[in-house]
Amino acid sequence: MRNPLAEKVTAIPPSGIRKFFDLVSEMKDAISLGVGEPDFDTPWHIREEGIYSLERGRTFYTSNAGLKELKEEIARYMQRKLSLTYDSNTEIIVTVGGSEAIDMALRAMLNPGEEVLIPQPSYVSYEPCTILAGGTPVILELKEEHDFRLTARQVEEAVTDRTKILVLPFPNNPTGAILEREDLEAIAKVVIEKDIFVISDEIYSELSYKGEHVSIACIPGMQERTIVINGFSKAYAMTGWRLGYACGPAGIIKQMLKIHQYAIMCAPTNSQYAAVEALRNGDEDVARMREAYDQRRRYLMHVFKEIGLSCFEPFGAFYVFPSIREFGMTSEDFASRFLAEEKVAVVPGTAFGACGEGFLRISYAYSLEDLKRAIERLARFVEKLRAEQGKGQA
Amino acid sequence: MREKILTFIEKNSRIDLKELAVLLGMDQASVANEVAEMEKEHIICGYHTLIDWDKTSEEKLTALIEVKVTPQRGLGFDKVAERIYNYAEVDSVYLISGGFDFMVMIEGKTMRDVAQFVSDKLSPLDSVLSTATHFVLKKYKDHGSIMVGETKDERMLVTP
Repeated sequence: MRNPLAEKVTAIPPSGIRKFFDLVSEMKDAISLGVGEPDFDTPWHIREEGIYSLERGRTFYTSNAGLKELKEEIARYMQRKLSLTYDSNTEIIVTVGGSEAIDMALRAMLNPGEEVLIPQPSYVSYEPCTILAGGTPVILELKEEHDFRLTARQVEEAVTDRTKILVLPFPNNPTGAILEREDLEAIAKVVIEKDIFVISDEIYSELSYKGEHVSIACIPGMQERTIVINGFSKAYAMTGWRLGYACGPAGIIKQMLKIHQYAIMCAPTNSQYAAVEALRNGDEDVARMREAYDQRRRYLMHVFKEIGLSCFEPFGAFYVFPSIREFGMTSEDFASRFLAEEKVAVVPGTAFGACGEGFLRISYAYSLEDLKRAIERLARFVEKLRAEQGKGQA
Repeated sequence: MREKILTFIEKNSRIDLKELAVLLGMDQASVANEVAEMEKEHIICGYHTLIDWDKTSEEKLTALIEVKVTPQRGLGFDKVAERIYNYAEVDSVYLISGGFDFMVMIEGKTMRDVAQFVSDKLSPLDSVLSTATHFVLKKYKDHGSIMVGETKDERMLVTP
């Protein structure tokens, strides 16, 4: 029999996080700090809207681009949060999570061989989706000395005449880094000068702890060359509802819609009804969860200082990204030993790109009590490693 | 600042002030000062523990009593309330709007305890016109905490 598989797909390496997942799953009673989704339940009034929509028999397809009501609420949200105006008819598409929007945006914009600038460490899907869309990923390494911010200079140096898109994943998973207006202005200048486009993945926008989140689309001249991706998973604790959206120039959204209608048809109907409620009446829930995350973030920064674990202060998402370079181990070795010896799961930084080496992603989407238990073990483990090192030197 | 402190300790009064300062990103001394001030001003009126007595072998019974009264001349409802809240077995007294005047919550060991309190102490008060006693059969949620069922973290252990 001949090989049934496409080389383009088989050539993509399995996700590093998957490997670690298998390892953790075998470990009974491990505590995990490895989760990339909120610990909160979806607020009840939002869940209730989902239930009502089922009760009322709203079990049919919606229009391909999404419920009219929902697109209008998204337009209102973009207006009140970012002062950005989008036409809900032509410039907004409702997707199955932010991840579908990422995939479609890349597929709608890339011709074979065109390059996509992807800052790493970052979410795991940009690189494979670029390859699947026929593009060529070009990795930009985010550096700890810049607080894992992308600099305009890095973009400028990486641009070639084949460069088409810059992916902007901020607030960032896994580092928790954010970009502020000055950073974005400098990057926007390069983007406009080099005539490239931006896919700005702002799924963690509501989880910013240093002033209001700013989108690169807010910088003059940028809205017409930016696809803003956002969704309900992180802000409203709605990961399992699979609902996101993209806002951008009508010409690009129209082509994304073409892919979406043939591949997906439409996002889940009851999720869309629930999302309308989230946008109309969910601000307080978002604020409450943000405050809880921020408290945990401060707690972790404080205990890291006490333990003496080096970590830049992140101001976004719900991750911290401490350095473990002092131990002279790879991230994977550290994470595996930590799991084996203390039964705590953290994700090696390398799961998010080779330049994540020397770092760990620790999620604080856990209750304070859970975090405390896990951090106690981390402190003990770090002590042990330092003692071992001391012996090695003596 | 006060609001932030209160919002937190309303749900978790056991936290030590040092840790609270870390969580709220505030200075430790000023958090301690604020709390002390608020205790003095009786903004913070006490620190209690929420207990599900049903899970213990202890017999406890809670009753809600609707009370209709005639307010006393010149003193209004406050004087009447005082007569009621001074009883040790009374847990809380609220003046409320609607068909009756006070909602009185009391805790006793048995139904007889509660009945005796109502018939011997509450009803005979001069200003009390009528009472209606409701016994609590099951507490589902109290002070924002759900008392029934268990919550389990159903998330996968590691996700991107």
